[in-house]
Amino acid sequence: MTWYVMDTWIVVVGALAATACALLGNFLVLRKMSMMGDAISHAVLPGLAIAFLITEARASLTMFLGAAVVGVLTAVFTQWISRFGKVDEGASMGIVFTSLFAVGLLLIVQAADHVDLDPGCVLYGAIELTPLDVVWRPRYFGTEFEVPRAALVLAGVTVLNVGFVVAFFKELRISSFDPELATTMGIHSNLMHYLLMTLVAVTTVAAFEAVGSIIVIAMLIVPAATAHLLTDRLWLMVVLSVVFAIAAAVLGHLSALIVPGWVGFTDTSTSGMMAVASGVLFTLVLLAAPRYGVLCKRLRKTEAAAF
Amino acid sequence: MLEFADIWNVLFLRDYNTRLVVICTMLLGCACGLMGGFLLLRKRSLMGDTLSHATLPGVGLAFMLAVALGGDGKSLPFLLSGAAITGVLGCWAVLLIRNHTRIKDDAAMGIVLSVFFGAGVAVLGMIQTMPEGSAAGLESFIYGKTASMVLSDFWILVLVTLCVLTGSLVLFKEFRLLCFDESFAASLGWPVKVLDVILLGLVTAVTVAGLQAVGLILIIAFLITPAAAARFWTNQLDRMLLLSALIGGASGWLGASLSAFYPRLPAGAVIVLVAAFVFLISMLIGSERGVLVRWLRQTQLKYRIGRQHLLRALYEILEAGRSDGELTIQAVPFRQVRGRRTWSDASLREYIRRAYDDGLLEVQNKEDSIRLTEAGLAEAAQVTRNHRLWELYLIEYADVATSRVDRDADMVEHVLGEQMVARLESQLQTYRSAGSLVPASPHPIVPGD
Repeated sequence: MTWYVMDTWIVVVGALAATACALLGNFLVLRKMSMMGDAISHAVLPGLAIAFLITEARASLTMFLGAAVVGVLTAVFTQWISRFGKVDEGASMGIVFTSLFAVGLLLIVQAADHVDLDPGCVLYGAIELTPLDVVWRPRYFGTEFEVPRAALVLAGVTVLNVGFVVAFFKELRISSFDPELATTMGIHSNLMHYLLMTLVAVTTVAAFEAVGSIIVIAMLIVPAATAHLLTDRLWLMVVLSVVFAIAAAVLGHLSALIVPGWVGFTDTSTSGMMAVASGVLFTLVLLAAPRYGVLCKRLRKTEAAAF
Repeated sequence: MLEFADIWNVLFLRDYNTRLVVICTMLLGCACGLMGGFLLLRKRSLMGDTLSHATLPGVGLAFMLAVALGGDGKSLPFLLSGAAITGVLGCWAVLLIRNHTRIKDDAAMGIVLSVFFGAGVAVLGMIQTMPEGSAAGLESFIYGKTASMVLSDFWILVLVTLCVLTGSLVLFKEFRLLCFDESFAASLGWPVKVLDVILLGLVTAVTVAGLQAVGLILIIAFLITPAAAARFWTNQLDRMLLLSALIGGASGWLGASLSAFYPRLPAGAVIVLVAAFVFLISMLIGSERGVLVRWLRQTQLKYRIGRQHLLRALYEILEAGRSDGELTIQAVPFRQVRGRRTWSDASLREYIRRAYDDGLLEVQNKEDSIRLTEAGLAEAAQVTRNHRLWELYLIEYADVATSRVDRDADMVEHVLGEQMVARLESQLQTYRSAGSLVPASPHPIVPGD
């Protein structure tokens, strides 16, 4: 295995995407809306298609805006259907994102005559290619750093999310655990919900445009769920989830380079392996967590039985 | 331009080219609709989403294994069984996480979805570097190929639909209890976990069979939308499942036919949209839980309660004003009625207007005063009597503090049926004050109470 500068950038970009997602993921997991990332990453297709049809170019910013708007709409429609129709939230999410995806597909196929837009290639970035798109070359300590665009974008999103979580920590906490109490305390819990959903949409779109959707879906849920097994304190859960997210990014890229060697291949997809790495971390914690882990629970049960 | 004959031929399966696609999507819609009903009630609608993503590593590994064994990597049975194995593993992992940790269903499904799909992407990433270049298009296995289905797809779907149908018929009673009261089923000694696994096994069969035929998004939609639409029409599980299967089949039939009429309408997308349209219509006008019906019911309840409040207020005003003996009908100023409760002018006038339409009261001096009719007085006495009986009941039997009793009585009495009232009356016989039909209020009446 050889480690290039490129590999460092891949890990940095992956870690940034993972951090941005994991921060918000804590609140999605606590609100039982974990599948939102998956829903949004499918649902944004019509936003991309419309933005493309209007501008007739693959301009990144318009597509980003189109996708983000549809992402927020996904959350809004889901909320409406589950509130007015009294439909289970998971079901309404599923209905909304499959319908939006179908609309996007129709738009793209209808326009296929005069445009060239392949859902696969527009929708999903590839983390392996991010270091090639260098936009900024600062010089520190006598070395030139080639900062890729994705790193800048994701750093921005991460800062935004950190700011959001820190500034609204109290509001987020109360409205995640007890929306009714939050309302009686004068916190607009609906507003918090939509703010959170807007950020989830923006983060999802920014991250999957840069690094692909699978990292987004995994990092929104898995690190937060892992942290949830270890602690009952929200601030600690948030911190731990970020730690697990970064660890998954590092381990993911390392194993993408190493593991295929064991079975006779050269390398494999980093984004896939990052998701797998987060899954491995989750499994380890699931087994060994001191309080909520399966092994410790079993041990306590045996002890209690012996007693 | 479309000929009528063309439409006829496609819709009634006379056209050979579209016949297979239409029948297959119809079958799949029925099977998914049936399974989706159970998933919806178990609040696991997104299980189809999880499952269909979890099949990807199985497809990749099956391909690798087949190539390593020197066979054809793309043989359908091999890929299908690979997909089914990781699909079942995924289900099992979801159940394991849910049953043994504090992680909820939604997060468990999300974790399995993303980790398995990530593993699939990683496996496909390795396959792409294999010297056997035939791996191209493997990922399209889970994205489907609706327009180019073949006869073998049809037979697989028939088989799976039969399995699902038999399974849910034989185990209907068990699945029903599993959906509505899992812990009760467990306390009866039923093997809840085994039943859960069987149910998810059937879902896996449908998903895997459907995936390579119609693709991921359509399967997810088929497993959610028809069931959610059917839920608006009935509270009965058997009817809901039947309706759900019908909606699934009908959307498959209509969507596939529509996409056959016009060029460039991908069948999968059209079917999803047809089902979503049925869902929207059901959500609006569904006869059991539809938005419109629930709104109507709520409004009716509001007016019924308002009418009872109005009549009781009038009765109590008259009662307070009588000297002794018989209650006499007198005109009551609007202002005085308004002061009895916290109700807005507008809603009070609306209640008065409705009571007037029903002939319960007369309005005098440009709505400045109200006068009960004979019929109105009778109903007012009846309403007041019910209310006071309730108050007595709450004080005597439910140990509600006297200061709260009026409020609590208000909350329950309007939803009681006549039978219940009659039963309470007979239980409270002893409290009936002699000579008067309406017992005295058990607590002092203050305006605005």
